[in-house]
Amino acid sequence: METKTDVPLTDFRTETRVWLEGNCPMSMRKPLKDSNDFYWGGRNSKFNSEDQKIWFQRMLEKKWIVPYWETKYGGGGLTPEQNNILTQEMTRLGCRKPIFSFGISMLGPALLKFASEEQKMKYLPEIVQGKIWWCQGYSEPNAGSDLAGLQTKAIDKGDYFEVTGSKVWTSYADKSDYIFCLVRTDFESSKHNGISFLLIDMTYEGISTRPIKLISGKSPFCETFFDSVKVPKENLVGKLNEGWTIAKYLLTHERQMIGGIGETDIKEELHQIALENLPMNKGKLADGIFRSEISNFEMDEEIFDLTIQRVTDEAKTGNNSGALSSFFKYYATELNMAREELIIALSGSDGLVFEHNHKSEGNLARKFCRSKGNSIEGGTSEIQLNIISKRILGLPS
Amino acid sequence: MALIITEEQKLLKDSAAELLKVKSPIYKLRELRDQGYIPYDKSLWNEMVEMGWTALIIPEKYNGLNFGYVGLGQILEETGKTLCKSPLISSCLLSSSIVSLCDNEVLKSKEFPLIMNGNKTMTLAIEENSYHKPFDFKTKTQLKGENYIINGSKTFVIDGSTSDEIIVVAEIGQSEIGFFKVDSKAKGIVIKKNILLDSGIYSDINFNEVIVPIENRLNIKIKGEKLLKDLLTIAYSGLASEMLGIISECFDITINYLKERQQFGVPIGSYQALQHRAAKMFSEIQLCKSIVIKSLQSIDYGDKDRFKYSHLAKAKLGKTIKLVTNEAIQMHGGIGVTDDADIGFYMKRARVLQQLFGDYNFHLDKLALIKKY
Repeated sequence: METKTDVPLTDFRTETRVWLEGNCPMSMRKPLKDSNDFYWGGRNSKFNSEDQKIWFQRMLEKKWIVPYWETKYGGGGLTPEQNNILTQEMTRLGCRKPIFSFGISMLGPALLKFASEEQKMKYLPEIVQGKIWWCQGYSEPNAGSDLAGLQTKAIDKGDYFEVTGSKVWTSYADKSDYIFCLVRTDFESSKHNGISFLLIDMTYEGISTRPIKLISGKSPFCETFFDSVKVPKENLVGKLNEGWTIAKYLLTHERQMIGGIGETDIKEELHQIALENLPMNKGKLADGIFRSEISNFEMDEEIFDLTIQRVTDEAKTGNNSGALSSFFKYYATELNMAREELIIALSGSDGLVFEHNHKSEGNLARKFCRSKGNSIEGGTSEIQLNIISKRILGLPS
Repeated sequence: MALIITEEQKLLKDSAAELLKVKSPIYKLRELRDQGYIPYDKSLWNEMVEMGWTALIIPEKYNGLNFGYVGLGQILEETGKTLCKSPLISSCLLSSSIVSLCDNEVLKSKEFPLIMNGNKTMTLAIEENSYHKPFDFKTKTQLKGENYIINGSKTFVIDGSTSDEIIVVAEIGQSEIGFFKVDSKAKGIVIKKNILLDSGIYSDINFNEVIVPIENRLNIKIKGEKLLKDLLTIAYSGLASEMLGIISECFDITINYLKERQQFGVPIGSYQALQHRAAKMFSEIQLCKSIVIKSLQSIDYGDKDRFKYSHLAKAKLGKTIKLVTNEAIQMHGGIGVTDDADIGFYMKRARVLQQLFGDYNFHLDKLALIKKY
């Protein structure tokens, strides 16, 4: 692998800082308000602003879209230490990610581990260049928590698979170019053993999507229907009927992503919202019960961030358990939901505005509603607790 | 600074675990209690001294090991696991620390060798209320010639009746805070023993016209308030380390019980109602581990946020130790509330540690004040 290990790390930090300061447009250093601020890429990609375009293209030329992938796949070939420094410096400046992509965060790691070299060379550079918008086809109407019970079938028709069935909760399916999909290819063996991992072009004939509106009023989620869709055999990743291994690996990455591992976003401090909204008495929030709830929440939030750091540090010394991703997913989502509950409570009636632009831009109530899905998507809290109790604590079935 | 212990610190921790497993399994605590509340096993204390535990935080300049608070924290975590009784908290964590923080060089040269070789134990008398209120004292001193005269009373003094000497925190004049070393047998000192929930001996101490030679004042130029703040930071983090040991061990014992205990023909640990509660405890323990190591490191590195981290540690550990010790008893069922079972000892020690140097409400209040709300 090509790396730049010959450059000492302190020099790398200085160079990185200088480069980011010179190249990241000011508007790309402001916190993201919602998913409309993301750049998603894709065949019909459009930038929301000139700055967004400049930022993406500069990062692409610098090979820092996926800085830690090998250069032959379009990555920057950075060492983990260099990548950490880049992440820290981006956080320090508040730089937005140049692209938001399930291709980078979820599919990429799975392809790197399970795909053929040919598949890696075909798909990974496209992910880096933002040419393909990927979505994930996992859950089905009757296979949510019991994911391995999925029924979308792929019948071997000689030179292609014929895929029929439906997927649900496919984020951005209506905008995506490709879907990575779990399908059943063996109907005889036990449910975990008959699953395969297929890459399907969303423009193939027989695919349709329907958005699902959530309690928050809008949603990136869709239902995706497959009606005798012909999928080339070469789109199979890994071995036939061994897709569950890939699925589990990918779920770990999804949990880590939701759990905040490697995340750089800066959250507003909760007590600041309280200070803006509630009266004080002798240097303390006058409402003592509210104050104690906030303090308790901020304690957990701050220590959770330290825990991400600790487990990352332990992983570097080889002490890591993949099952910990369930803990991170569980705890991060519970914290976020507690945060949204507190924000809406702290904001009083202002926090309830759903449609009209008011003090809070009508955002709080929608974010609050959206957070209710956190403990469900990506494996419910209950599923995560099951995994912790079985895989980490070794409690019997 | 990576949030992990170094190889050296790990060796120290492992050697402590080994010694305590052999010399101080939990039935030792029961024996000490049943033989009339013996404060601690003197021969084990001698072994601790031989292993260098009393020298851990003492600077090299005074022939100490200078291992820092991360090191001492590892030991305290291990003593928590077996509920081992010793003067480590009173003499090392509290007294050695305050001697070390102060600027009385003569006293340091004189006292450190005695503390290190175990010939002398000390304790700290600070609290005057049944709640932790560290900056609120009525104990006063007055300078008379070459001596200070102390008047007042202290409570909740750890090992107060068994320590050779007592370091008293008292007000000098109107607003200055002083630390004074007095012999526990000095004239005018009346010690009342209280046996608390954890079978430990804590004392109420009255000081009536107690004479302290001027050279036994620990802080000469350094402001007492600053010292007290630093000492409290050490106390919170150190106690949190012991609490982490208790939490871990109590949790492990309970998980094993869930795997062994059969009801309705299956292990009770196969029931989801218990599994999810166990998994939630596991999650809280993950947070506990992170804040304990962070707060200990922040002391060793003089991090400006060390005060905050120590409050976070004592608050989080206080909350979690309550959860875990309560769940441990509940999950043990009937046996859990009998004196025959050891699990109750963890809950009893936990409650004392929760109160010592402030419960979680105290620390959550301080955290809010640090952030100005």
